[in-house]
Amino acid sequence: MIRGASIAVFLLIALFALPRLFGSDWITTFTSVAIYAIVAAGLGILYGRVGMISLGQIALLGIGTWTATRLDYATGMPFPLLLLATGAITCVIGVLIGLPALRLSGLFLALITLMAAGAVTVVLTTIDFPNGGGGFTGHAAFVDLSGLKPVERPGIAMADTPYYRYVVVIAALMFLLGLLHVASKPGRAWAAIRESEPAALAAGVNIIRYKLWAFALASFMTGVAGCLLAAQIGTPKAFGFQTQDSITLFATALIGGVFSLWGAVIAGVFYQLVPFLFQAQWGLDVNFLYILFGIGILQVLLTAPGGIVQQFPKDMANLARLIVGLFRKVTRGGSPQ
Amino acid sequence: MIEVESLTVRFAGVTPIDAVNVVFPGGTCGLIGPNGAGKTTFFNVLSGFVRPAEGSIKAFGENLLSMADYKRARWGLRRTFQTEMAIEKLSVYDNVAMIHEHSGATRASRRSDVLAAIDFVGLETSPKARVGGLGARERRLVEVARAVVGSPRVVLLDEPAARLPDEETTQLGEVIHRIPDRFGALVILVDHDMSLVSACCETTAVLDFGKLIASGPTAEVLRNEHVVRAYLGTEDTL
Repeated sequence: MIRGASIAVFLLIALFALPRLFGSDWITTFTSVAIYAIVAAGLGILYGRVGMISLGQIALLGIGTWTATRLDYATGMPFPLLLLATGAITCVIGVLIGLPALRLSGLFLALITLMAAGAVTVVLTTIDFPNGGGGFTGHAAFVDLSGLKPVERPGIAMADTPYYRYVVVIAALMFLLGLLHVASKPGRAWAAIRESEPAALAAGVNIIRYKLWAFALASFMTGVAGCLLAAQIGTPKAFGFQTQDSITLFATALIGGVFSLWGAVIAGVFYQLVPFLFQAQWGLDVNFLYILFGIGILQVLLTAPGGIVQQFPKDMANLARLIVGLFRKVTRGGSPQ
Repeated sequence: MIEVESLTVRFAGVTPIDAVNVVFPGGTCGLIGPNGAGKTTFFNVLSGFVRPAEGSIKAFGENLLSMADYKRARWGLRRTFQTEMAIEKLSVYDNVAMIHEHSGATRASRRSDVLAAIDFVGLETSPKARVGGLGARERRLVEVARAVVGSPRVVLLDEPAARLPDEETTQLGEVIHRIPDRFGALVILVDHDMSLVSACCETTAVLDFGKLIASGPTAEVLRNEHVVRAYLGTEDTL
């Protein structure tokens, strides 16, 4: 009940209050927050539910963005179809990356996915699609972006604010998809795998299948996010998908809280809104953020494994207790002795 | 009935199970022996985690060793581990339902089967309670509920009473003893607590350094002089 109500209130605020309260540069940032929250939710399923560390999620997002752009240029299909097709293709690629990684775990899986992310960055930079050329690669010897048309947004959401609402709705649907998985058979199998692989095996869980399933789901969600991102920025640029960004996203996902979808929203805020505040609003150097994230990671590792989403309510409860305690002391006459 | 024939397991340089021939006739069977005797390795062979070098295991006439590890649960094999492995993040209900989902039992019977298993072990806590918040005894009971749900044929319990106080061990023993009648499964119990083994098990097999040194009715086996010596660790010096 409370959970459903708080989700409804949150969605209402996101859909109706925020566009009224904030200007257009904020709305663009909020759109990015929603998009990266989907990616963080995928990461939350991989690490929070199954226990697999992937350091290649931003690269996968890049694959999604490029797939969407390529498909849009080639077919011009309606946007909802483009979302599904991009999700499906990214899903297949994600599973292919995940396939050799299944025999590995922990540090080695993290390394493999990081290397895959590095490879994707290199490929994207090399092919440099789209830079104004024709054909499948869209590559021209001389860069000429004048004739380049952006990836088309859905007809009902061409302007920034309607597109922001569109993205929030799709993000909510992706979260729902994740939630349905977590609350049913695959979610329970993932929990078993995370607890102990031998015990899961003894319980009849086909570990390979369920790990691949998690990779497929996270990749699908990330692909959909990539398609949303393609239509937001119009023409993708390789420098938006650097290898180290995947690590930063993993850090923000941990800080937000990797066991809850709210944590994914907070991760999106840390990954997109906080840098925006630092740079565009406060005029601070964005590199200070790495220090902030470093402190956040230490906090997660040392005291708050559930991230902000679990720690913040606890801290608030402690604070409330402290205030009530002080208040009692005062009303008792201010002289405890 | 489980028939084990000339079962041998070798790890580099050690032979944790050495040409063991033993029959577990049915009901609740004990499997005892000093530390390192090969009991858990034997369970790991049954689960499919360890491939034996030689030998065969027939369970109710079927060749268990030719089955893929994760398919054995569907066939009806259940087990618990020395360290308790109920899933902390899930509720009691989901913990048991998770086993049912992979047991091949029908979806229609899930709710009633799961609640029946929870009721069978005598858990008083709400099925919605998270296992992470439960005490040691309750977690062990959740594990037993997991082991009996969804038509089990063989239930392997690896020191289910480890670190429980005596009174709770006795209660657990009563639950274990009722499993074969209620679910028609063969139970193999590994434990160091001889009072638990003699209270639960009609027959008992004894391993020592990977070799079978006795098997038969529990009372006889526990009086067997080889068994007594193995447990006191004096066989060599006498």
